[in-house]
Amino acid sequence: MKSSFRVRRWIEDAVLHLLLILIALFMILPFIWMLSTSLKPVSEVFQSPPQLISPNASLDAFRTLFEQKGFARNLGNTLVVATAATVLRLFFCALGGYGFAKFSFRGRGALFAFVLATMVIPFGVTLIPLYYIMLQMRWIDTFWPLIIPGAANAFGIFFMRQYISTLPNELIDAARIDGAREFAIFWRVILPMIAPGLVSLGLIFFMASWNDYLFPLVILKSPSNFTLPLTIRSLVAGGLGRPVYNLQMAGSVISIVPLLIIFLVFQRRFIDGITAGAVKL
Amino acid sequence: MNLQVSPTQSASYPPVGQPIAGGLQQAQNRWGMLFVSPFFLLFAIFGLFPLLFSLVLSLSDWNGQGAVNYIGLENLNLILQDRVFWQSMFNGVLIFLLYTPLQLLLSLVLAVVLNSRRVRGFRLFRTIIFMPYITNMVAAGYVFQLLMNSRSGLFNQILAVFSVAPVPWLDTPWAARVSLVILVLWAWLGYHMTIMLAGLQTIPQDLNEAATVDGASPLQIFFRITIPLMRPVILFSLVLSTIGSFNLFTELVSLFPSTAGGGPLNSTITPGLYIFNQGFGNFRFGYASAVAVVYFVLVFLIVLVERRYLGRDNT
Repeated sequence: MKSSFRVRRWIEDAVLHLLLILIALFMILPFIWMLSTSLKPVSEVFQSPPQLISPNASLDAFRTLFEQKGFARNLGNTLVVATAATVLRLFFCALGGYGFAKFSFRGRGALFAFVLATMVIPFGVTLIPLYYIMLQMRWIDTFWPLIIPGAANAFGIFFMRQYISTLPNELIDAARIDGAREFAIFWRVILPMIAPGLVSLGLIFFMASWNDYLFPLVILKSPSNFTLPLTIRSLVAGGLGRPVYNLQMAGSVISIVPLLIIFLVFQRRFIDGITAGAVKL
Repeated sequence: MNLQVSPTQSASYPPVGQPIAGGLQQAQNRWGMLFVSPFFLLFAIFGLFPLLFSLVLSLSDWNGQGAVNYIGLENLNLILQDRVFWQSMFNGVLIFLLYTPLQLLLSLVLAVVLNSRRVRGFRLFRTIIFMPYITNMVAAGYVFQLLMNSRSGLFNQILAVFSVAPVPWLDTPWAARVSLVILVLWAWLGYHMTIMLAGLQTIPQDLNEAATVDGASPLQIFFRITIPLMRPVILFSLVLSTIGSFNLFTELVSLFPSTAGGGPLNSTITPGLYIFNQGFGNFRFGYASAVAVVYFVLVFLIVLVERRYLGRDNT
């Protein structure tokens, strides 16, 4: 009786692990194929049957990207935009979160509810007027629209308010008694204490900005200003604009590797940030 | 020295929501207002104004140049007769029906399995399943194009090993919708699984143990304990998937670049993509704004229904 139970449990576990391995393989297969294609000459991309490692494998596609397509510039654009957007967002979200968490002013509850309500506005509804505003401000084909409008982020303020409200008030009061000015308290007392939260939120902001496609597509016009997702899509040839897949896959590999490294290093913090909205909201 | 320290201040700070008396605190609380003001300033310029402007534009036939010419509710009339718009809403519903149940079920079951402590390599599995979420959708869409190529793609080659006939993944309307759902599942499964896992960790372990002692089967525990207690997280996941289904854009233009994202016979065009095409493709900014308003109202109604039937108190 007991041994038959153990056999059954062993079979169940084996089936479970087999299914998980299949799902994991499906998840990882596109990454492997991306890398494989990026190393192939373009003539072998649609070869049938496909080969995982081409006998003619080389880094030619990567070389072409950097030597002929000016890919370093696009990589730099993406890094500048994502970094600037992240730093600015973190600053305003921490400041706003601190305001909502540790001060009581008239209408605070209603204002906070308003902040949360703004999250339901779909981006598609404001896209066209936003484009119009950027046109009027002569910000088309510049990085400003990708940095400034998102600087005060409702989710970020919600996240930071939750985070900061767990800090003890005594530290703030002690700083006040020592005569510190209010902004100095935020800068020197609050910010250092919320560093782990800033990392969690910063990772989400950085990833969102790095991977963004729709808004940069509307705003950026010259290829030398493109960010990586736009650049990958622009790697086409001929009058019909046929995709050059080995170049696109090489660009894709380069676009994914930095985020992957950051994710693997900060996995715990990243997941903390992701789950904050779902479980606590 | 003008240190006006009141007795309440040196003790712990008042709880959330209680007004504080005293001149110094009032001066301090003004700082709080100042600290939250950047959000409202930026939202007024880049959120509220565009939203209202969108409503104004929806009453016009503005084409991106010259003065805005108002035509009243004429756009609404056009929308009612616009077969491509209704096709896009229909596609949104189809994709939602194909995608959402699969996403909810798969992510919840995976989370329960990974949370059960019967799985070796929990962290490795979680990391691998989460990896697609951090990948940009252009890269993902283009590699899926290669994998799903009907002649030389790896998917059909693998199926051929099991003697399955080649699938026209991206070439017929229904296959295209299914392929799209596969791409979106691949990209988002890790995210939904992660929030489900976080939700599961809030369920007390002794609840499951007590049920097991009382003779409940794992399936009974899943349906009677896990699902009811996970309702808020499931609702969050559902609402996100609903809005996502109607709002697909980058997924479409990356998987079907030759049809500008519409797929075979407009089978995958969604309202999000249609608004973009009307606005930035045909420069019908007035009409596109009207479509955006109608679409927003329709999706808002769907989400309201979902909240009503799954919300915390069923109210």
